[in-house]
Amino acid sequence: MAASVSVDFITHTFKGQSAPTLKDVELSIRPGEQVALIGRSGCGKSTLLHMLAGLMLPTEGCVHIRGHMVTKPSAKWNMMFQKPSLYPWMSVRQNAELGLLFAGRRDPARIDALLDLVGLADKADANVQSLSGGQQQRVALARSLATSPELLLLDEPFSALDAFTRAALQDEVSRIARQEKLTLVIVTHDIDEAVAMADRVLIMAANPGRIVGEMAIDLPTPRERASAEYSRAREQLMTTFDGLVGDGRSTAAPSADTQDAEPQRAAA
Amino acid sequence: MTAAEGTLPLTAEPALTGGEQRRSAGGRPARPAAADAGAPAPPGGAGDAGRSAPARSAVIERPARHWHTRTFRWPAVRAFLLSTVAYPALGIAVLLALWWLGGWAIASNEDVSAFAGFAPAPAFAALGELVASGDVWGTIYPSLYRIGMGLLWAFVIGVPVGVAIGLSSALREVTHVPFQFLRMISPLAWMPIAVLAFATWDGAIVFLITVAAVWPVLFSTAQGVRRIDPLWFKVARNLGADGWQMLRRVIMPAIGQDIFAGLRLAVGVAWIVLVPAEYLGVTSGLGYAINDARDTLEYDTLAAIVVVIGIIGFLLDGLCVSLIKRFSWRQAD
Repeated sequence: MAASVSVDFITHTFKGQSAPTLKDVELSIRPGEQVALIGRSGCGKSTLLHMLAGLMLPTEGCVHIRGHMVTKPSAKWNMMFQKPSLYPWMSVRQNAELGLLFAGRRDPARIDALLDLVGLADKADANVQSLSGGQQQRVALARSLATSPELLLLDEPFSALDAFTRAALQDEVSRIARQEKLTLVIVTHDIDEAVAMADRVLIMAANPGRIVGEMAIDLPTPRERASAEYSRAREQLMTTFDGLVGDGRSTAAPSADTQDAEPQRAAA
Repeated sequence: MTAAEGTLPLTAEPALTGGEQRRSAGGRPARPAAADAGAPAPPGGAGDAGRSAPARSAVIERPARHWHTRTFRWPAVRAFLLSTVAYPALGIAVLLALWWLGGWAIASNEDVSAFAGFAPAPAFAALGELVASGDVWGTIYPSLYRIGMGLLWAFVIGVPVGVAIGLSSALREVTHVPFQFLRMISPLAWMPIAVLAFATWDGAIVFLITVAAVWPVLFSTAQGVRRIDPLWFKVARNLGADGWQMLRRVIMPAIGQDIFAGLRLAVGVAWIVLVPAEYLGVTSGLGYAINDARDTLEYDTLAAIVVVIGIIGFLLDGLCVSLIKRFSWRQAD
């Protein structure tokens, strides 16, 4: 069952810093929507994701998931990281069922089905250290899905993988999220990844971290990477991004007048 | 770790091809060039033809290399035999030779020839008698009991405290000065206090061994906790782990090998402390046996006890090594 997410004007300042990492961020996500947060390093996109997961709490404002205020992590909203971060003393199966174990449940049939879903049914008893990076990330995906989350949060989960594995996993996660009726939020600095996976892309800028614009990607799924529409959407997202955040040639922060402006909207 | 494993064979092969290319570019085409090019490539090949043909043939030739079959050949067997039989035997032989030389030097010097019992031959004869009469077991057992109890207490105190100071930087800073201060005090310096504080000699000795053995266990545990990947905590919290589950499913399995590495060091120091501690009032154990042998001038028995101490220490160390292996999750290279 997919969850809605609403972020109400959160501001976050790290301890010992004066400038906020995030300032007055507001956003709402529909149940089952797939949203990408893109922006340069330091724009606070990963911090925002940690707050959705309850792994960090905002200094001001709050996050609601399906109407419940997020105050701590929960297996109902699950996060995947850039590193698969599997536990090497456990087999593939043990890693996948860890969330269920913590919840005091056992459901071998579900784990079998999930390992099958991510294409690792024949590796259930393998040592996770013997798997490739892509396979490890698939185990992490199965582990995240095992507790039947309503919301899946992805923190650049494919950026350490080679291009082919990355594309395959982007499609797969996107498909599984639709199939399992999950809301998906993915943080990335890869424009391609945003276009490949998201229904909607939110563009973030730094100093202070905030959402400066958004763009809907209105393409059928699975995304046809070779199609003209895909290229057009990609190009448009790039232009929008450059227009809002700057093209990276100037290192200066965006001028003050854009900071107060309403988020700009565009649609593909 | 895994990435390296996946890419190893892949990187090895192109490196080989590159080598052949370099060699052929130097004017000596690899032999199989002939088969591929259809015509024998002239030695020192003419221009481009000589250069490209070996490069291509190197790629084609690769499947014909049987390097996987070579792994079970003589060199591997020889390396195995050397490391498990020959080298250890050589080490033991050198030690025995030095011992024998020392015994010979003592025996041939009139001033100290009374100590000739220290030489290997009398020592092993005495050891044989000790084993045959069964006396050796009565000597070993009390010592092993004291060591075991001391290590148990070191474990029971050292692991929880180590985990706590590994997790809390505040606690680590608070305990730093007191722990380093206490650690530097020779355990034997506690002897008078131990004798006063404990009703039995056994209790005092176990206390001394605990005081010596607790530090390696404690610090190694703390070090292990600090080395845990922070993401492992984050993932477990995210999956809904509570404090106890975090300890049981993440922290303890992650640091098992560190704990037993600490225990291995602890066995070493405990064994060192044991013998002088048994010079105390007790009338049993290896330390007592050494003292007793000295007092009765039975130097062959004394040397035999030293051999027994060495052998048991070696076995205990081996036990620790196998425990470290058992709890190690790092995949063998």
